[in-house]
Amino acid sequence: MIKEASANARKTHYTEILNKYGMLLILILLFSALSLKIDGFASFRNIFSILEQVSMFGIIAIGVTFAIVTGGIDLSSGAVVALASVVGASIVTGTEGYGMTIFAFGAAMFVGSICGLINGSITAYGRIPPFIATLGMMTMARGVAQLVSNGRPIDASSDAFTSIGDGSIFGVPGLVVIYVLVAITCHIMMSRMSFGRHVFAIGGNVNTAKICGVNVEITLLKVYILAGALAGLAGAMLTSRAYAGNPTFGNMWELDAIAAAVIGGTSLAGGVGSVPMCIVGALIIGVMNKGLNMLGVDPYWQQIIKGMIIIGAVLLDAQKRKKA
Amino acid sequence: MKSKTNSITLLFSNFTQLIKTITLMTNSDCILEMINVSKTFPGVKALDKVNLSIRKGSIHALMGENGAGKSTLMKILYGLYTPDAGGEIFFDGKPFNPKAPIDAIHTGLAMVPQEISPSANLSVAANFYLGREIKKGILMDQSAMNEKTNDILKELGIPMSVETLMQNVSVAKAQLLAIATAVSYDAKLIIMDEPTTALTESEVHQLYRIVKKVQERGIAIIYISHKLGEVFELSDEVSVIRDGEYIGTKKTTDITKEELINMMVGRDMDEMFQREDVIIGETLLEVRNLSLPGKFHDINFSVRKGEIFGIAGLVGAGRSEVVEALFGYKPAESGEIHLHGKKIEIHKPCDAIKHRIGFVTEDRKLTGLMLNMSVTDNMIMPELLPYEKHHLISEELARDVANSMKDQLRIKTPTVETIIGNLSGGNQQKVLIARWLLLEPEILILDEPTKGIDIGAKAEIYKLIVELARLGKAIIIVSSEMLELLSLSDRIMVMAEGREVGIVDRDNATQEVILEMAAGGDVPSQEEQELESEYQTQGVA
Repeated sequence: MIKEASANARKTHYTEILNKYGMLLILILLFSALSLKIDGFASFRNIFSILEQVSMFGIIAIGVTFAIVTGGIDLSSGAVVALASVVGASIVTGTEGYGMTIFAFGAAMFVGSICGLINGSITAYGRIPPFIATLGMMTMARGVAQLVSNGRPIDASSDAFTSIGDGSIFGVPGLVVIYVLVAITCHIMMSRMSFGRHVFAIGGNVNTAKICGVNVEITLLKVYILAGALAGLAGAMLTSRAYAGNPTFGNMWELDAIAAAVIGGTSLAGGVGSVPMCIVGALIIGVMNKGLNMLGVDPYWQQIIKGMIIIGAVLLDAQKRKKA
Repeated sequence: MKSKTNSITLLFSNFTQLIKTITLMTNSDCILEMINVSKTFPGVKALDKVNLSIRKGSIHALMGENGAGKSTLMKILYGLYTPDAGGEIFFDGKPFNPKAPIDAIHTGLAMVPQEISPSANLSVAANFYLGREIKKGILMDQSAMNEKTNDILKELGIPMSVETLMQNVSVAKAQLLAIATAVSYDAKLIIMDEPTTALTESEVHQLYRIVKKVQERGIAIIYISHKLGEVFELSDEVSVIRDGEYIGTKKTTDITKEELINMMVGRDMDEMFQREDVIIGETLLEVRNLSLPGKFHDINFSVRKGEIFGIAGLVGAGRSEVVEALFGYKPAESGEIHLHGKKIEIHKPCDAIKHRIGFVTEDRKLTGLMLNMSVTDNMIMPELLPYEKHHLISEELARDVANSMKDQLRIKTPTVETIIGNLSGGNQQKVLIARWLLLEPEILILDEPTKGIDIGAKAEIYKLIVELARLGKAIIIVSSEMLELLSLSDRIMVMAEGREVGIVDRDNATQEVILEMAAGGDVPSQEEQELESEYQTQGVA
């Protein structure tokens, strides 16, 4: 009897661990399998290359995770990347020095914040579902980006500016450093600050959050501003790496970002999610993209496989919920 | 050697079970037989070898504290849980192992859940035949459905138009409709899970009438309830389970209230809560001419330190709306609120929280719990500041505070990190009270504080409320349970149809006085009256 109980307890313990770290396990398995199959997959060079690619939509995914945890969504991030990219490029083009670089990054994030502010206002005060609000912004931001750039790429070849995308610190690419810093900051915000707790409360039960004195409108506004600013940052990073701003940048990135959040276990019903797991989700997508490319898998098939993985992740999440 | 004895005992127990099974199979008196039914969840034994027999056509009350295993037992019968191997269930003499609710329904077992959730945008008749619509070819036969629904409702004496949209139907009526639906399935056994939780006194009596009518049709009923009065009023037999174990079954006429309570809690307890007196201090809160058009009008009252102030009235009288306005959840449009003699403005809940007002809401699921978050997170939400160190929330500090609350209020949970959705209703309620106690409120508003809570937990909550009054807090209680208000309150304000009928002192307050005041404004709508008289004339003819 006692044995049985302790066996049961151990079983629950295992399921808990599996629920919590299942996706991490899948990432490790995926990476190991690809490393065995492909020479040099596990090399530093290749790992950094994966991380560099992941860093940009990974940063967006963190912002999107905040929105999803409140029970919302942000579809505009890909378009915001494009807008931030042409704004950043227009500022930095033909200039020198880190002053302008910082200004360009700041401006890109500012433009993103403005988009987020609009998203948030419409959602929080206009009481329009965020799906619709951000869908509108997705189209508008892309349009403004085309307008600003006349539909053409803008040169961004300033040495200081491009060194962010090209350079590295102690061998770690600059973009990856930014990703890590953003992730740590956002993780602390989400898990340890009252702002993060309010984000969870809104997603958990918005009525209760109100009763508990949470300023739901302001919190939502902050969430969408953060998501917009992070998309703007990703836009600046992409511009610095590509030496140019382009109104077609970031196409469909919002979907990769949402996929990363969902694969990482963020519940679309709200109230559940974390930054570290969002990173794991982004890494799964990154490792898979790179692996499938190196294996020479047909890009059409790559899309099909990616779609299946997203659905699989959500099914797994639903299964987990049913058991609990 | 040891294994041999073991196998012999096993053989023997199997043998006795076989004998039992054979005798029971021939026992045609019973509609339902459960023998040695157990259910184990990871880490918890929810049911331990429960035996239950329900006689044909009887009303069988099932009692037990929250978490005793009543719901688990019923979910097994309804095919939502699979019991552990080793037990047996017979329905009408035949083995019964439902895999889904539909199996149970087809066998003749229907359930009226505690919280019914009809499709609000569909009519009464459409809800009645939801999932089994009557068809004419490929189209639905709306008129046939209306007619048949009407027949059954008339037969059970539930006056109502079948084309009314469900959203315009009161909770009480919806409950009666759910029972009628169960009857229409040709059920031989209907399980009713605490059907009176959301009903007021007069509505409860209507429900009793319907339940008796259902019984007259030869249908057996398992009536799950916390309320002793109901059990003695309605049931023929009563069974008690406690901590997952079957305690016993008694004829209701052969048992006293005290004996039944003893069976449930396993210890002696006074039925009516006897509160101690508390010194009442100066006026703390004063409400003047508070109005919200359409909800309540011109409400005036004051509450003093250490006073427990009750608000009585029928459901829909505007009781909850008044306290919601007081807390700023749905603010009033005019009127004044004074605290410590000074006028204060409350437009949002955070204003109320700033003034140290706490509010345990009526509906745990809708406005109380964050179901997928931990006990700790649910507790600390209103005020995170005390747990912050350098702007960061200290998990350790929060957990310590939550743990001390868990001990203080005796909250049954494996850890404070447990997701609150996994706790029983009574324990969830305790967490919600703890939430506002952590705020160290001056005023604590409790809206139906013991809704769906067992007797043991109720008494604990009553003691806690009096203790808070002793500490000089002003308490406002809204409740549909008359005994609760009478035993706790120093004064009771009675409301009817959004108006304040009057305030009664503890010494003058009796059940009769309050009921009369509350019913003062209770006039059924024109349509209902007409329908009712129509049914009566038809009945005579």
